[in-house]
Amino acid sequence: MKLTNLLTSAAMALGLATAAVAEDPTKVGFVYVGPVGDGGWTYEHDQGRKAVVAEFGDKVETVYVENVAEGPDAERVITQMALQGADLIFTTSFGYMDPTNNVAAKFPDVKFEHATGYKRNTENVSTYSARFYEGRAVQGTIAGHMTESNIVGYIGSYPIPEVIRGINSAYIHAKKVNPDVEFKIVWAFTWFDPAKEADAAKVLIEQGADVILQHTDSTAPQAAAQAAGNVITFGQASDMAEYGPKPRVSSIIDDWAPYYIARTKAVMDGTWTSTDTWDGIGAGMVGIGEISDAVPAEVKAEALALKAALADGSYHAFTGPITKQDGSAWLADGETADDGTLAGMNFYVEGIEGDIPQ
Amino acid sequence: MIRLEKRPQPSKAWSLATPLVAVLATMLAGGLLFAILGKDPVEAIRTIFWEPLFGEFAFYYRPQLLVKGAPLVLIAIGLSLGFKAGIWNIGAEGQYIMGALFGAGVGLAFYPLEAWYIFPLMVIAGGFGGWLWASIPAYLKVRFGTNEILVSLMLVYVAEQFLASMSLGLMKNPEGFGFPGSRNLQQYESAYNADLIAGTGMHWGVVAALIAVIFAYVLLNRHMTGYHIRLTGEAPRAAKFAGVNPSRLILFCLGTSGILAGLAGLFEVSGPSGQVSIDFNVGYGFTAIIVAFLGRLHPVGILLAGGLMALTYIGGDIAQANLQLPSSAIQVFQGMLLFFLLAFDLLTNFRLSFGKPEVA
Repeated sequence: MKLTNLLTSAAMALGLATAAVAEDPTKVGFVYVGPVGDGGWTYEHDQGRKAVVAEFGDKVETVYVENVAEGPDAERVITQMALQGADLIFTTSFGYMDPTNNVAAKFPDVKFEHATGYKRNTENVSTYSARFYEGRAVQGTIAGHMTESNIVGYIGSYPIPEVIRGINSAYIHAKKVNPDVEFKIVWAFTWFDPAKEADAAKVLIEQGADVILQHTDSTAPQAAAQAAGNVITFGQASDMAEYGPKPRVSSIIDDWAPYYIARTKAVMDGTWTSTDTWDGIGAGMVGIGEISDAVPAEVKAEALALKAALADGSYHAFTGPITKQDGSAWLADGETADDGTLAGMNFYVEGIEGDIPQ
Repeated sequence: MIRLEKRPQPSKAWSLATPLVAVLATMLAGGLLFAILGKDPVEAIRTIFWEPLFGEFAFYYRPQLLVKGAPLVLIAIGLSLGFKAGIWNIGAEGQYIMGALFGAGVGLAFYPLEAWYIFPLMVIAGGFGGWLWASIPAYLKVRFGTNEILVSLMLVYVAEQFLASMSLGLMKNPEGFGFPGSRNLQQYESAYNADLIAGTGMHWGVVAALIAVIFAYVLLNRHMTGYHIRLTGEAPRAAKFAGVNPSRLILFCLGTSGILAGLAGLFEVSGPSGQVSIDFNVGYGFTAIIVAFLGRLHPVGILLAGGLMALTYIGGDIAQANLQLPSSAIQVFQGMLLFFLLAFDLLTNFRLSFGKPEVA
């Protein structure tokens, strides 16, 4: 009798538990390196989070923590989310790579998604990134046409493969339409620091640059270009449309929403597996912001044609012949770059002056 | 009418009470701020102060308090010695970075050799790196009379550039696919500053912080150098007559705080952080200044203050995730703590008197 009672109550408890699980919303956590109001990188990730909420409504609960320093703090925040019942956690900065994998090893039932990294030590870690260099190709084409001084300024963040890929892609396509073009590169050594970014933009403008490309996240370079007058810029990570139609003539937009929705859905359906995603314009992860009227119609048409070719895969942004800066051959005529080389790219292509900082 | 009246003697009671009053005032003003942001103030304060210590997941957060607090206490102890004597080392962040670079550099140089002597050598190198970096402003002050506040602060930015250079160049992980950052020392047993008892957060840095507290207490209360430090701070002229050598004192105070900051950096890079990376430093060197003052420049006070700061960091992150408080609100909350402390400090030396001023 006693045993039956026990079993009945256990069964009831189990029934209750299953019911609770069914009604329990899927909890999705986001760890951000900057403030959600940075207007760039973190802002777009948070837009992705909001899209997840809009898509699934009551069926999801999202939490986020912003301004999380890379290192032990990140590990603590990720652990905290996992402890508090998150089912899926997106960690959105390269420096979260080891912390994400460390925590993932301790919570095998929680799924982890790390942006821009390459380590998937356990079955519950995926990595994802966007082929921003495709957007850089479109930018380079517009920049090459638009520059009158033939000097394009480039604000680099850190000399890591992702940033170097962007510089090379922009340069190759600027050079294609304007053989006299020259790139001046300033390294800011930050992802987000409005004061430093503004200084970098001013230095480049003083050196004669009339096009500024940036791989940092704030709108400070846009403001500096606006103050200087005859300089054009491109929005980075986010559209930065408030600086259009000039100086901002177009932008590269990170659109994480489709990916975040798909991955959340996969967790809900139980179909989530560890993957390595690297999507570009075609899949919609990289968007090209509206090209403003400051750009002549034929240039705009050429840029849009390039965008279409990149999107349908008929053209690869790194198509040979391409020679490295040191003069050695990289890609033969018609050959396209493989993802492995692109992922670890640590060299400039021929024609770019200066050295990658070491 | 309320007036301030200077006390004939600084009030001992207020000196002890102000940190507590400051914490209470911060809770009140912070609660008001959270209420204006539309969050439940009681729940927010409870989350920040209670959750890490006694909440559901306290088993995880308590060790994290040690991890977060140890570098703060270690650095703040060093700073307090100088601050007591009126020697202002504002550049502990730079010394922290250099300690980490020197220490990690030694460890990485031995990779992949496994030997017992590697970690002790790293500790020595870490202390040396911090000492070296702090000795620059010390030497310049002694030799040329430069301002140690400016020099030590500026050297932080120089150290940050070294850090970036090392992460991208010399110390870059050769197996890291070209990405910046060194090998992870957590995966290199001889160099890994692991928890002494797994899961307790008790790594060598925590032990060092506790030793530093005792060392500073003995130094200040039982030792001639400590007496000289206190004398120089309280009565510089008397110190001169008592034969205190100001140059030696500057070299000692800045050097010691450099060593402790360097050690903090070494224990962090070889333990919780594991990696030399561009964003390795997260402001411990600056936060330690707050900790030193919050602890009234007293070793035991600093120990408590370090724990309190760590609590607001960890509790603040929990409040962000659970209540969706913006991180800037948490930062304002932490800033209030120092503000109220300095404000209430006034009551140590002054008393409020109500009514009309007496006619003299």
